Amino acid sequence: MSFKGGWLNPKNERLTEEQALAKYILRLGDDALIIGQRLSEWCSKGPVLEQDIAISNMALDHIGRARLLYQYAANLLGGETTEDTLAYTRDAHEFQNLLLLELPNGHWGETIAHLFAYDTWNFYLWDKLAQSKNTQLSAIAQKAIKEIAYHAQWSAEWIIRLGDGTDESHQKMQKAVDDVWMWTGEMFESDEVEQQMAEAGIGVDPKSLRDAWNSKVNEVLEIATLKRPEDGWMQTGGRKGVHTEHLGYILAEMQFLPRAYPDAKW
Amino acid sequence: MVYGIGRKCASQNMNEKIRNILNEVKDPEIPALSVVDMGIIRAVRENDVLEIDITPTYTGCPAMDRIERDLIDKLKEKGYQTVKINTVLSPPWTTDWISEDGLRRLEEFGIAPPVKGTADKRALFQEAPKPRCPYCKSPETQMISAFGSTACKAQYKCNSCKEPFDYFKCI
Repeated sequence: MSFKGGWLNPKNERLTEEQALAKYILRLGDDALIIGQRLSEWCSKGPVLEQDIAISNMALDHIGRARLLYQYAANLLGGETTEDTLAYTRDAHEFQNLLLLELPNGHWGETIAHLFAYDTWNFYLWDKLAQSKNTQLSAIAQKAIKEIAYHAQWSAEWIIRLGDGTDESHQKMQKAVDDVWMWTGEMFESDEVEQQMAEAGIGVDPKSLRDAWNSKVNEVLEIATLKRPEDGWMQTGGRKGVHTEHLGYILAEMQFLPRAYPDAKW
Repeated sequence: MVYGIGRKCASQNMNEKIRNILNEVKDPEIPALSVVDMGIIRAVRENDVLEIDITPTYTGCPAMDRIERDLIDKLKEKGYQTVKINTVLSPPWTTDWISEDGLRRLEEFGIAPPVKGTADKRALFQEAPKPRCPYCKSPETQMISAFGSTACKAQYKCNSCKEPFDYFKCI
């Protein structure tokens, strides 16, 4: 199965289980790689040294998870595919990450709002994936969930610190939460890949994560004295390969070296 | 001959000679501990080739590639020409696999060892554990950040002697 051009599935044909699995693993990997690359931009620019170290550590965790998932996806796809060709030689429309993860970092509070929405969702997702019938995915999940629990706790603590902080931090945090809201709906959409994987006991239907996410998010926002925005119109498209302009810039920086110097070695 | 994976780690029933060699390979980020002390070695199989299963502490641990190279170099130096290293993920590495000796040497090295019996390592919003200060042994310590100089450590300070120190996070 080739990954080039084959992802959009315009005729909406039912995928074989093998195809659906490869797509599913790849999109989990795309989420991890894109947020990892995005967060790495904070390295050396954090507001204080401890938090610079924290966010760089989290970037590393995400990239570590991306590698495990891409190695597995490359194995499923076969041929010449490797973790590196998946990361460095696909173009924007072939990535299926959530749009939320490609948004520019903005100020510290905006990054925190992105991460709080994602980390909380990611925690419930990977907690369930640890029970996957697929032994490789389950092994990755059992490993990853321990790290993701630290991320989710960290971003929730920052929401509280800034929301229930000074007048200025409260206002900025509320604005950041309001701004991120239209990007959160995509986390709970499911398509044929996720439904098929959930039916097979391999993956998780994102719809099933909504209650747990809502309840944790409401709890944390309340402690943080922040108002939960209304669920309005939601921007989606990442799972279909339809991205914001921001992804192209991430890929340009990330892929420049291996594309310009394909023989480069460490 | 296959040395099975014990509950704690493969080091318990490993051939003495191999164990001594592997003990000379240090964790590149914590040179006070060997890869055996860290519980990274999961199984050793001695057939025509010497096969060793290792497991990463953290998914993004940049030391894993280096550890693999160091193992191969050390074993070659000791006469094992064909060595195969496999990376295994399951069961996931846990701080419970660090040997008793390893825990003691961590503290001597200035890193507070993981506090045993942290209830649920996956729980959200748990209280930060309170390790004792590796320098003055005071129990009055405080977490500065859950993330430290490497993926496996958190930053703490001692409220008695005021020294900052690393804590080896429980996972």
